[in-house]
Amino acid sequence: MVKKCASRLYMFLIFLFLYLPIIVLIILSFNNSKTRVVWGGFTLDWYKSCFQDEKIMSAFLTTIQITFLSAILSTLIGTLAAIGISAMKKRQQTIYLGATNIPLLNADIVTGISMMLLFVKFMDLGFVTVLVAHITFSIPYVILNVLPKLKACNRSTYEAALDLGASPLYAFYKVTWPEIRPGVFSGFMMAITMSLDDFSITYFTKGPGVNTLSTMLYTELKKGIKPELYALSTILFFAVLFILLLGNVLPQKKAQRALSKQQKDL
Amino acid sequence: MSKFKQQFLAGPYLIWIVGFIILPMLMIVYYAFTNADGGFTFEYITATFASETNRKAMILSLQLGLICTGICLVLSYPLAMILNNMQIKNQSFIVFIFMLPMWMNFMLRILAWKLLLSKNGVFNSILTSLGFERINIINTPAAVVLGMVYDFLPFMLLPIYNSMTRIRKDWIEAAKDLGAGSITIFFKIIVPLTVSGIISGIVMVFVPSLTSFAISQVLGGGQVLLIGNVIEQDFMQGMQWNAGSGLSFVLMIFVIASMALVNLFDKDGEGTAIW
Amino acid sequence: MKKRMLCCVLSAAMLVSMTACGSSNDSGSNKTGETITVLNYGKYYDEDALKQFEEETGITVKYEEYESPEEMYTKYKAGSIDYDVICSSEYMVQKLIEEGEVLEMDFPSMENYGNLDASILELSATYDSNHTYSVPFFYGTLGLLYDTTKVDAATVSSWDCLWNPAYKDEIIMENSVRDTFAPALISLGYSLNETNEDHLREALDILKKQKDDGIVYAYYVDETADAMIGEEAAIALCYSGEAALAMEENENLSYAIPKEGSNLWIDSWFVPKTCQNKDAVMKFLNFTCRDDIAEKNFEYVLYSSPINSVVENMDDVYKNDPSICPSNESVSNCEIYVSLSDEDAAKYSTLWQELLSY
Repeated sequence: MVKKCASRLYMFLIFLFLYLPIIVLIILSFNNSKTRVVWGGFTLDWYKSCFQDEKIMSAFLTTIQITFLSAILSTLIGTLAAIGISAMKKRQQTIYLGATNIPLLNADIVTGISMMLLFVKFMDLGFVTVLVAHITFSIPYVILNVLPKLKACNRSTYEAALDLGASPLYAFYKVTWPEIRPGVFSGFMMAITMSLDDFSITYFTKGPGVNTLSTMLYTELKKGIKPELYALSTILFFAVLFILLLGNVLPQKKAQRALSKQQKDL
Repeated sequence: MSKFKQQFLAGPYLIWIVGFIILPMLMIVYYAFTNADGGFTFEYITATFASETNRKAMILSLQLGLICTGICLVLSYPLAMILNNMQIKNQSFIVFIFMLPMWMNFMLRILAWKLLLSKNGVFNSILTSLGFERINIINTPAAVVLGMVYDFLPFMLLPIYNSMTRIRKDWIEAAKDLGAGSITIFFKIIVPLTVSGIISGIVMVFVPSLTSFAISQVLGGGQVLLIGNVIEQDFMQGMQWNAGSGLSFVLMIFVIASMALVNLFDKDGEGTAIW
Repeated sequence: MKKRMLCCVLSAAMLVSMTACGSSNDSGSNKTGETITVLNYGKYYDEDALKQFEEETGITVKYEEYESPEEMYTKYKAGSIDYDVICSSEYMVQKLIEEGEVLEMDFPSMENYGNLDASILELSATYDSNHTYSVPFFYGTLGLLYDTTKVDAATVSSWDCLWNPAYKDEIIMENSVRDTFAPALISLGYSLNETNEDHLREALDILKKQKDDGIVYAYYVDETADAMIGEEAAIALCYSGEAALAMEENENLSYAIPKEGSNLWIDSWFVPKTCQNKDAVMKFLNFTCRDDIAEKNFEYVLYSSPINSVVENMDDVYKNDPSICPSNESVSNCEIYVSLSDEDAAKYSTLWQELLSY
């Protein structure tokens, strides 16, 4: 019992640490005062002007496009690569994983600069260069999440399925996929998180007029941050919360319903 | 499908590696070993160690990076265990709650800490209204470490938690049946089986904290110069691309060397896991 | 075999989707006809005015911002983006003119060129000797923004206050090489354009001492106004317009240019060699110099405008404000930065990093 209380308390403290800054941002988004910490009354003005601000909206749109395109493509390439790598001999694996680790381990700033040097030589900086850069740094996160799951699952089961006449695709779908799915999913989530979050690499690889939220914020920070941005982060936060609730609670309910139905049938 | 054929799935990735990882790295190497006129030189590599500025920045970055990684590990390991031991029903949801702050924009999160910590910020307003002394940690390395821990904690938590979910409950049951105490179970089963998670966590936290420049810029008030800041200035302001590349190159080598060390360690980890 | 085909299909699909989004991006910018790419300091041009320009002329503006002149130079030199028109500080404009990177202006097509203050054009001869390459946009000084509740006017009349241990943890310096070296060089009696290594080292030593004594609260550029409004520090080294903006928000703040003199800077537009559409650029510059637009921009940034009508129609509050209209004597006491050779720029950069890592 004591142990349970202690662990609850521990969770709560970390929870507080993680959410305090966010709560501050949310409170400030309703604050009718331009100076930072003084409470000047309740207002919704920042939300209104946030939606009217073209810069914020276009940066928001670009961020969404880059994030989802890069996360989907990197999950695809990364998962395929992980499956391929898991079938390789140890030495080959080491080479691949070494290369995978390069963008992961390198400083963002170094990755950003190196890609900028390349892009400057061969193509114009713009939306596509940012997308390519984001895919590049997202793939390793996918591979690192999928590979341990692949290692944990038993190859003989997959081979048994083949022996029993399943096509490789069917066997993969029925045997391997359920095992690696959590890894693929968390890899995808991490790719989204990394892409949403990235500043340095985008900063070096973007062209004129292309701004993600991070780079837009960086230039906006120039003369003190606009309160509209607090409103934006509040909206962003609740949107994500909503999506997660949708993604987690609903399937669980469905699963529970299915489970109880099964039990009834039995 | 045979193992041989299966390897071809990594094909698109191979193209990607060559085009967007290896090639850009070669560009850095090229700049690192040439001077402004394009001639070959070692000057910028040696400058990494010879210049006092670089040495100081490097040492400070290492210190802050290690402290940050240590704090993240100490904070997230117990949390991962607690989360893993929770009832299955709402477990994944709780994990997402802990990942959720990561979805806020990086710049905004740092800015929020600035609002909390600054001289007349939220913390100090509360402290002074309660009659306590102010704490002035903004624009010091402590504030930078705090910001880093806040930013990178989930990257430690997720891999450790992931590796923990792979531990089967019946192994622990078996150990208990064989008379192992909880301390024995922790050191003989849980820790060895999560080594790969710990290592990827360390990698995911240590490298960005070692090389970050935005956090030290915002929370350090320009007074905390990390190696990332030096590189950023070389490229963005000083127009010293060769010097910046030299520094980046050395950083890359350092990182690859430590990666090799980690790999050795990882193999040991797997070895103990088998036995 | 099947798997291999699948893999080919997937990579092909990937290529298609990539080129698809690439081309859709292109068609987006071509649809509107003429486009110019503008590079300017952050928040240095009223967004409504930009929109007005697009509506009046049908020319689309791709607007890109940067933070320091050194950053602009790096961005331009990287050559990855073809900028059509750039606004920057005088010493960078000079450097680029000397390097032959700047195209001559087509002044006859600019009917509003006559709106510019002749005395400012005269000053601009320091970096554009024949008035052929640049159009001044705003000018201002470097000075001290101070909190009148903590510091009196007599104290900030001299740069010495920046080294006074009484202001421990209360002074904000500029996070920019030349601006932070400026007060040190002036205090030591050297020129702002000093390139003698020993003299620069002396300046570095007193800046190191300043940091070592804990006097420096932070090295900021853009956050200075914000921090001063929030009363986090007593004195800040900053540009006049930044000070003016901060003073609008907090009435306890005031601005002074120390008696030893300071830096006077002029930000100017120039057309780089990469320009693709000079006619549209001249339309843009003509628009920028138009009285009503200059007025809009002035109210947006609060720096001193070189357009005559703006000064004439200004409120008295602004006219008496030294951060917006510096007195003639303080201007005559000021020095303009001249461009540094690559070697000297590297020297400054090295010393700067040494200070920051100290």
